[in-house]
Amino acid sequence: MTVMSPAATDASPQPKPSRGSGPVVLRGLLRNKLAAVALAVLVLLLVAAVFAPLLAPYDPNTQNLLLRLRPPAWQDGGSGAHLLGTDQLGRDMLSRVVYGTRVSLLVGAGAALLAGVIGTVVGLASGYFGGWADRTLMRLADVQLAFPSLLLALAVVGFLGSGLWVVIVVLGFTGWVSYARVVRSEVMSLRTRDFVTEARAIGVRDVTIMRRHLLPNVMAPLATIGTLHVAAAIVAEASLSYLGLGVPKGTVTWGGMLSDGQLYLGTSWWVAVFPGIALMLTSLAINITGDALRDVADPKAYRR
Amino acid sequence: MSALTLDQPPAPAKSTTRRPDRAGLLREVAKRLVTALFVLLCTATVAFFLVRLSGDPVKILLPPDATAEQEQVLRHSLGLDQSLFAQYLDYLRGLLHLDFGDSLVYGQPVGEILADRLPATIELAAAALAVTLVIAVPAGILAAMRRGRGTDNTVMTGVLLGQSTPPFWVGILLILVFAVWLRALPASGYGTLANLVLPAVTLAVYSVAVVARLLRSSLIDVLSCDHIRSARAKGFGPLQVVLRHGLRNASLPVVTVVGLEVGNLLGGAILTERVFSWPGVGQLTVEAISNRDFPLVQATVLFFAATFVVVNLLVDLSYSFLDPRVRTSR
Repeated sequence: MTVMSPAATDASPQPKPSRGSGPVVLRGLLRNKLAAVALAVLVLLLVAAVFAPLLAPYDPNTQNLLLRLRPPAWQDGGSGAHLLGTDQLGRDMLSRVVYGTRVSLLVGAGAALLAGVIGTVVGLASGYFGGWADRTLMRLADVQLAFPSLLLALAVVGFLGSGLWVVIVVLGFTGWVSYARVVRSEVMSLRTRDFVTEARAIGVRDVTIMRRHLLPNVMAPLATIGTLHVAAAIVAEASLSYLGLGVPKGTVTWGGMLSDGQLYLGTSWWVAVFPGIALMLTSLAINITGDALRDVADPKAYRR
Repeated sequence: MSALTLDQPPAPAKSTTRRPDRAGLLREVAKRLVTALFVLLCTATVAFFLVRLSGDPVKILLPPDATAEQEQVLRHSLGLDQSLFAQYLDYLRGLLHLDFGDSLVYGQPVGEILADRLPATIELAAAALAVTLVIAVPAGILAAMRRGRGTDNTVMTGVLLGQSTPPFWVGILLILVFAVWLRALPASGYGTLANLVLPAVTLAVYSVAVVARLLRSSLIDVLSCDHIRSARAKGFGPLQVVLRHGLRNASLPVVTVVGLEVGNLLGGAILTERVFSWPGVGQLTVEAISNRDFPLVQATVLFFAATFVVVNLLVDLSYSFLDPRVRTSR
């Protein structure tokens, strides 16, 4: 997870020695039982997303109007052919829930990555240069915060058209502020440290200092924020799809399924409940992992 | 959307040696006001250009077989035949007079439509705030007082669940349980107290989690301070210590972060109103976006941004009034 900064090892002690490397972090995560379970759920979800065509018993879009709104297998009228029942068009619920994992994880990871890159660049520049650059960028962050991100995403998708990539880009561009703020405050405390001033004194270029000496030291908080942001982005995508302004109709999304399912709540609870459970489980597992990651990366900070 | 900013309660303000003076406070207020206006101007500008990137609204409004002449007439009546810059100046001039133009779909002035829908949203928000305070404050206090024990773990599990559950899923679950299965409360509708219960609880779930979590961690910080130890030594009971000496100090960071969370809460309101077909501004916004009713979209976007800005302005000011140490620390 954290790459040791070469200059940090010889010029001065690593600023935050408590932050370990990959295997240490993983071991720390696994020691926390709840986090271990959450991690297992995440692995399962990842497997479901990657191998959806192999795992899903049916094509998620194949309709069978003779088998509309069949209940799950354990209820009266249900059958083993459709374990979680069927929806209003006779499509297999299990297959749709499995396929829904794909959009959720793709949007979550894509948006978090994009927001992370933007936020890190802004935060590094803002914290390292200070002065007017810092003031301008932080003012920009204020404006971004005042614009409710769900509303901005809705407006962009509503006016520019829906699509998987539009959603990823929009959620990426609305989520960068928290990354930028954290990176900025870390960098501001790092930039006066000896290993940075010495690098500057021997004429290392600013970009190189940021990349080689500052970036590695902010990776741990970035990983935590990134993980939590994946969950936020997944929920945001589901919200957009629920409102009918997310990923286009033909694509299987949990949010879209929830929106359909709400219409049939009176008679067929399973159409809304299974995608809802999948969504909540995913968001919960990622949030637990993120919290645990923070505890491992920075043991002083939370667990109070 | 992101629950990221709220995890870290802001550090308690550092005391300074400078004495608070009136002129300094006024200057601070003026600076905040200028910033707020700047933020609103930026938002208005983004909203203006965003809705115009989508292509020609005239083409969307008219049926496909409309003649070029009809198009021309409509374009002129909407002011769309002017240059983009002229339209922008017009729009800003209108904003100064609180004139947001006429809705393309309803034909009414946008301001009137907004005013029409506002009471429902305020009612929902107020009810959700009440639910939040009634649940989150005792939960936060209890968790902080019994830190690490069963009660604390229960509260923190609830917090985790509340923060991970999207509002529309909460709403659907509540409808399923209380409207479909128990038949105790209506699934939608507006006007009676029974109609208000489920939407208010739905909207409150996220903020209950945020407030309880923050209040807990900030109380835990405060409870380790010297004045609390003195209060204990003087023989006050644990609950008395918390209520009389801890809560006010602990509430400061909570108030600040809740201000920043207003954006998320507004997003939650949009979703909650949609789930329960609640006739408020959130529902109006989604409709306006779906209809590409761009004067209405501009106004609702600005409305939400203004709400955020005003709440945060109030939070900033109340913070510096509540805690004298903050007044001159900047």
